[in-house]
Amino acid sequence: MSGMPVPGAGAGEPVAEWAGDEPLVFELSGDLRGGPREVEPGVPVEALERLLPGVGLRTTPAPIPAVPEPVLARHLGRLARRNHNLHQGIYPLGSCTMKYNPAVDEQLAGLTGFADLHPDQDIDDVQGALQLMWELERLLCEITGMARISLQPAAGAHGEWTGLRMIQAYHAARGDTARTRVLIPDSAHGTNPASAALAGLEVVTVRSNSDGTVDVADLGGRLDRSVAAIMMTNPNTLGVFEKDIMEIARIAHEAGSLLYYDGANLNALVGLARPGDMGFDVVHLNLHKTFSTPHGGGGPGSGPVGVAPALTDFLPVPTVERTGDRFLLNHDRPRSIGKVRAHYGNFGMLVRAYAYIRSYGSTISQVAQDAVLNARYLQARLAPLFPMAVPSDSMHEFVATTRGCRVPELRAIDVAKRLLDYGVYAPTAYFPTTVPEALMFEPTETESKRSLDLLADTCAAIVAEAERDLEHVRSAPHLTPVSRVDEVEAARRPVLRWKPAE
Amino acid sequence: MAYLPNGAAERQQMLEAIGAASVEDLFASVPARLRHPRLNLPPPLAEQDLVTELERLAARNHPLGELDSFLGAGVYRRYVPAIVRAAVARPEFYTAYTPYQAEASQGTLQTIFEFQSMICALTGLEVANASLYDGASAAAEAVMMAVAQTGRHRVVAEADLNPETLSVIRTYARGREVEVVTADGIGHAVGPEDACAVVAQPGFLGTVDDLLPVAEAARAAGAISICCADPIACALLVPPGELGFDIAVGDGQPLGIAPSFGGPHLGFMAVRQELMRRMPGRLVGQTHDHHGRRAYALTLQAREQHIRREKATSNICTNHALTALAATVYMARMGAGGMRRVAEVSVQRAHHLAARLTRLEGIRLAEPDRPYLWEFALRVPGDAEVFAAALRREGIVAGLPLGRVDPRRGDQLLVCCTETTSPASIDRYVAAAARVAEPAGVGA
Repeated sequence: MSGMPVPGAGAGEPVAEWAGDEPLVFELSGDLRGGPREVEPGVPVEALERLLPGVGLRTTPAPIPAVPEPVLARHLGRLARRNHNLHQGIYPLGSCTMKYNPAVDEQLAGLTGFADLHPDQDIDDVQGALQLMWELERLLCEITGMARISLQPAAGAHGEWTGLRMIQAYHAARGDTARTRVLIPDSAHGTNPASAALAGLEVVTVRSNSDGTVDVADLGGRLDRSVAAIMMTNPNTLGVFEKDIMEIARIAHEAGSLLYYDGANLNALVGLARPGDMGFDVVHLNLHKTFSTPHGGGGPGSGPVGVAPALTDFLPVPTVERTGDRFLLNHDRPRSIGKVRAHYGNFGMLVRAYAYIRSYGSTISQVAQDAVLNARYLQARLAPLFPMAVPSDSMHEFVATTRGCRVPELRAIDVAKRLLDYGVYAPTAYFPTTVPEALMFEPTETESKRSLDLLADTCAAIVAEAERDLEHVRSAPHLTPVSRVDEVEAARRPVLRWKPAE
Repeated sequence: MAYLPNGAAERQQMLEAIGAASVEDLFASVPARLRHPRLNLPPPLAEQDLVTELERLAARNHPLGELDSFLGAGVYRRYVPAIVRAAVARPEFYTAYTPYQAEASQGTLQTIFEFQSMICALTGLEVANASLYDGASAAAEAVMMAVAQTGRHRVVAEADLNPETLSVIRTYARGREVEVVTADGIGHAVGPEDACAVVAQPGFLGTVDDLLPVAEAARAAGAISICCADPIACALLVPPGELGFDIAVGDGQPLGIAPSFGGPHLGFMAVRQELMRRMPGRLVGQTHDHHGRRAYALTLQAREQHIRREKATSNICTNHALTALAATVYMARMGAGGMRRVAEVSVQRAHHLAARLTRLEGIRLAEPDRPYLWEFALRVPGDAEVFAAALRREGIVAGLPLGRVDPRRGDQLLVCCTETTSPASIDRYVAAAARVAEPAGVGA
């Protein structure tokens, strides 16, 4: 496969080195028995058959080749060039909060005193790690207005499910066993209903108003003794603050329901307003969004979940406690929902988030202010090009649509794909599903005005180009390592692993 | 401000373009009484002060490298080749998002495709996903898959599953009113009311049993067979797929990922073809671009939460792509041959240590009749916590006192050797154990 001719390149013409096919590691080596020099055992060696009597040993090696290091290094270097990333350009993905990941946080997470710790070491050997977790919990409680926080969940969705399990345990402990439903707005992230289903709860969808916020009348009509919780994102996925939040909290609590906060959009409010003060009972955070731990191409993230005083008994075990100057792990919590993953959390991510919060400290609300200012500025720049999904003022993100723009046939996917040619990642397209041809932009606070201007100018250039030559936009991208990828084919005939040629 | 690029001049220009008088105006939709709560947060830190502060915290810990450590129990200190760290430190990988826009994400997509292929190769199964959170939650996801597939609500788990794994399975099961029972030798216990049978290779105590009968008994009962497998062991032993298991799950931490106080690690899952559409998590498929060039994309997304919402196979969204990259680079560097040699060195050292320790008075194997790989349960004179504390005073972490997870094993330690456990370290363990176990001074 490698060395395939590249379209557009004449015979003998040089092409960009990333534009050719990059072989798979299985095509770079067939060495199933070699590999790097391994340390000598350094002890008297005995035959494996004698040490492992009756144990079935492999007679043929697993088909994983050892790739010589120089070849592997170049493979990785070439693959790296085939990725958009934050060090190359803006990543304006709505709902994803793709902010800059501070270099120092990577350095600190790699300290031997953090990375080379075993979770089963004696408490006295890990006091610094426990202190960091204890302090991070306090900082996050202060920022969210919650009583306690578990750092255990590995991602946002994991935190959602953990939070819902605590809500179920809370109702069950009160003998209120008929609460089996969760109310979720139609604009919510897909993880909300999926987490509810995983917890064994029934999902009821709540309508939004034309201004993009929850329809309080519709919500009130659905609140009864069967409702365990209302899950909300605030600002919601349209970037609009739920102005009726205090009223929603009041009627929810009056009906015996709890209120759940999806922290995906906390970047709009961090340090400036607290979910706890709005009346939320359970809050999950995405440290890989608001608190700048890197996305890693799809994780690892971290999804701490915080609770109001009435729910602290139900937190996952263990919790981190302090007595005097000593930090402990408390496993003895009989009302806990249990463990939701092994050990204590994605500790490496907790170190990064702790460092991030300490670097801003009491000035952290400037993050929210600049995040909203950047988004509103970008929105103002794009408003002449694309209609906005709702008339309301948005906060840290906004949803535009190509429907009604100057080129009637221009679709969201066309703009998204053409942006890639300009070295700009696409905004989130086709979400929320309540908006046709949606383009959801979230620039974050770490983009400069110059970067926002570049994005706006690029969008303007694409619309102008679509007026002249729609086909060229619709067949984009043209300058990426591969052109538009056939996802239909990928799903119709799934090829999910490499197999040797027959 | 450390990470905010705009100054007062830019902020003013932007406000003018918006038509707002102040930044505060942009927050008008937030009720005034909610705004600007008084927060008790420490003052901001300069980068240099931040580094000093965190280095101070790190220095309060005693990392494994300072000690002679024999801890394992599901988290292993294995050697991480330098190229693994170099790869995951590249911003092209660690600052990228989930690869939704395939054309600008081929690097991540191809490495995930390579990861899936290697996990299939290692486990002997047909379809692997892009990663899950860790081994314990991967096992729980596998159990929920089996419940969905069979419509049954009871799970049989081998009693010597890693206690962390078992406890996470229980948490997931409770939410769905699934009953979890444990048994020794579950080949005899699995029946037609069971959704699945869950075993581990090796078991929590490091032992290796013949698992063929478990897979067969599960199949006969119409249940799904699930094997929690150590990935390095998979390079040495007949893998789960060849033993007839339907699902293999495990933690990829031994594949080039630091212990990091328990996370982030790496969950993996591989299944038989028939279970493909029930899988949780991301899948990357090979396809073509519009010019016919080989390309990769996220696929079969109709299983996932952002499309199916409450009908999705799982709620998982962000998974563990970067640690999966570490594992991919590790496996490509080592190859099947290198991983097998790592396994063999670990086996040789563990058995050598066990042989020398059991020559001491009062010390013997707790499971003398069962073969083991690189971990073994060691019976010591008296309380294992006291024995471990005595060795710790000599800079040796003697293993996990098993009384912490099973009160019946209060006199036992779970002891582990890997290729990072040096022969000199083994000598020190034996000498210290002799002093503690045999105060009179006779010994190995």
